[in-house]
Amino acid sequence: MNKVIKYVVIDILRSKIVLAYTFILFIISFSVFSLEDNTAKGLLSLLNLVLFIVPLVSIIFSTIYVYNSSEFIELLLSQPLRRKQIWLSLFYGLSASLSLAFLIGAGVPLLIYEPTVTGLIMAIVGSLLSVIFVAIALLAAVSSRDKAKGIGVSILLWLYFALIFDGLILFLLFQFSDYPLEKPMMVISGFNPIDLSRIVILLRLDVSALMGYTGAVFKDFFGTNVGFVTALSVLVLWVIVPLKLSLAKFKRKDL
Amino acid sequence: MCLRIILISFFLILFFHQGSNATQINVGKQFSIHSIQKAIHQSSNGDTIIVNSGIYFEHNLIVDKSIKMIGINYPVLDGEHKYEVVSIKSSFVTFSGFKIQHSGYGTLIDPAGIKIYDAHKVTISDNIIDDTFFGIYTQNGKNCVIKNNQLRSYGKQEQEIGNGIHCWKCDSMQIIGNTVSGHRDGIYFEFVTNSIIWRNISTDNIRYGLHFMFSNKDSYITNLFRNNGAGVAVMFTTGVKMFNNTFEENWGDAAFGLLLKEISDSYIINNKFRKNTVGIYMEGASRCEMQKNIFESNGWAIKIQASCMDVTVTKNNFFGNTFDVGTNGTLVLNSFNSNYWDKYEGYDINEDNIGDVPYRPISMFSVIIEQNPPAMILFRSIMVSLLDKTEKIIPTLTPENLKDETPLMKSLSL
Repeated sequence: MNKVIKYVVIDILRSKIVLAYTFILFIISFSVFSLEDNTAKGLLSLLNLVLFIVPLVSIIFSTIYVYNSSEFIELLLSQPLRRKQIWLSLFYGLSASLSLAFLIGAGVPLLIYEPTVTGLIMAIVGSLLSVIFVAIALLAAVSSRDKAKGIGVSILLWLYFALIFDGLILFLLFQFSDYPLEKPMMVISGFNPIDLSRIVILLRLDVSALMGYTGAVFKDFFGTNVGFVTALSVLVLWVIVPLKLSLAKFKRKDL
Repeated sequence: MCLRIILISFFLILFFHQGSNATQINVGKQFSIHSIQKAIHQSSNGDTIIVNSGIYFEHNLIVDKSIKMIGINYPVLDGEHKYEVVSIKSSFVTFSGFKIQHSGYGTLIDPAGIKIYDAHKVTISDNIIDDTFFGIYTQNGKNCVIKNNQLRSYGKQEQEIGNGIHCWKCDSMQIIGNTVSGHRDGIYFEFVTNSIIWRNISTDNIRYGLHFMFSNKDSYITNLFRNNGAGVAVMFTTGVKMFNNTFEENWGDAAFGLLLKEISDSYIINNKFRKNTVGIYMEGASRCEMQKNIFESNGWAIKIQASCMDVTVTKNNFFGNTFDVGTNGTLVLNSFNSNYWDKYEGYDINEDNIGDVPYRPISMFSVIIEQNPPAMILFRSIMVSLLDKTEKIIPTLTPENLKDETPLMKSLSL
């Protein structure tokens, strides 16, 4: 299995896309911090990067990679290897290279300019998001044989998590504005890994505003250690569940 | 000649009379008088009573003569949780250097550590007041000085504790250099006029750091208000001057750095608002000038309700606030000009340090939050940033007139 992971990682590195991604992240993060006069504003710009570009690159790159290596997968299947091993190796290889790319590209500047808990949390959350969207990409790729359809599905999924979900929440909030929605909102935010990551970081950046009545409800939960651990475990669930689903599909898939 | 002798003898008599009158009475274990109350009975106007260190249980000590009372090494006056510790019922009293503790408790008679009844020119200075219901309470006082006292109490709930320095129906008071914490309101003014509050530190009080009602023409200068339950409230007052104060870390739903309600003709200059949920909350304020203040890392720097008019906000610095300005309507009768806003994204072609496009300090999302507070959970999401950007180009929800026409490109050095 380690050998397969090694092949996957070497293959990814050879295509140079991930290297370019690392480089671009690195340049953006450094320029964001050196352009703004206070690091708080740099952090905010970087937050948009983490919530917008990282999921997009992870999901699209992984989907395309899985489709492109279908022949490699078929070759591996002819070897005495279990399907589970092959699929997990793909996942490990992809998530290792993408989260490493994020940690080097954005995590290092982050920890240089903002060596605080906030910076650390942002680095952790960013790499978790990379892994989550690799898992979601695997699920999208395994669900269809057609490459165009698979990539389309993954783009739609990204759009849903990054934009449409928030639009729906805003709609719900205004439709049911007569009801106390603070607590349901916390549960609902768990259904979107991007939202959950954003809230975890928000509690660090905008704590003054969040101490208002409604914000205090979020702060009382996510701001505590228990809440933070819960949020992180929900994020980990977002890795495990799509991965398990895709694995189950891949095992039964007629190649 | 005859006249001269009469005059000289008159002055001599006056001199000896004065000399014999201003006696000094010592109270303490090593002296013949052990009780302070007894010393007061023996004294007459103009005397000085020196109280040496020790612990005194005087029940309710009543000062009803114009005397000087000075404590050496902080003698302790203990109210045994039953009595009002010191009642000052005469004018021209000086009371300093005591430690006063354990006053009684009661909402009907409001017992205090030191209470001044209907007196003028009373000086209360350099006392330590610990665990009292009210700290220093002045009713109907005039020209009194309350200076360099340290007040500490341990209230848990609003109903169970009184105010630190409480002034009711007073005039020309000077509250200087006191430290108040753990009371209901740190400093409380009701019907107090022409007074000054200077260099006080009011922290960790349950309700307000400073509470002002119906108190016209007062100034408060260079005070620090930190981490009070609801910040500072100035209500139903005209002609207040607030200079050089610091308002910090007042966090909570109903917590404001400074709450202005029904205020007119007032000046807020050179103050610093840091890390409050709301820096300044204004309701029904009119003709107020806000200049050269620093708003830093607040949830909302200013919340200005539509009921305010002729409030001018000029030459302030706004740094790192989550929202710069919030309001509840579209009517704007106030002006925001020549401020520095760190969120300003405009340009300055002629390089005169004034941005060429107006800045709109109200973001669309702050309007949404005002209508629907739980929407805070969506803050800084990509959707919301997009909405804010479109709103900046074509304002629909935010008030059209609320804008800074001459935003500064560089922050003011304040």
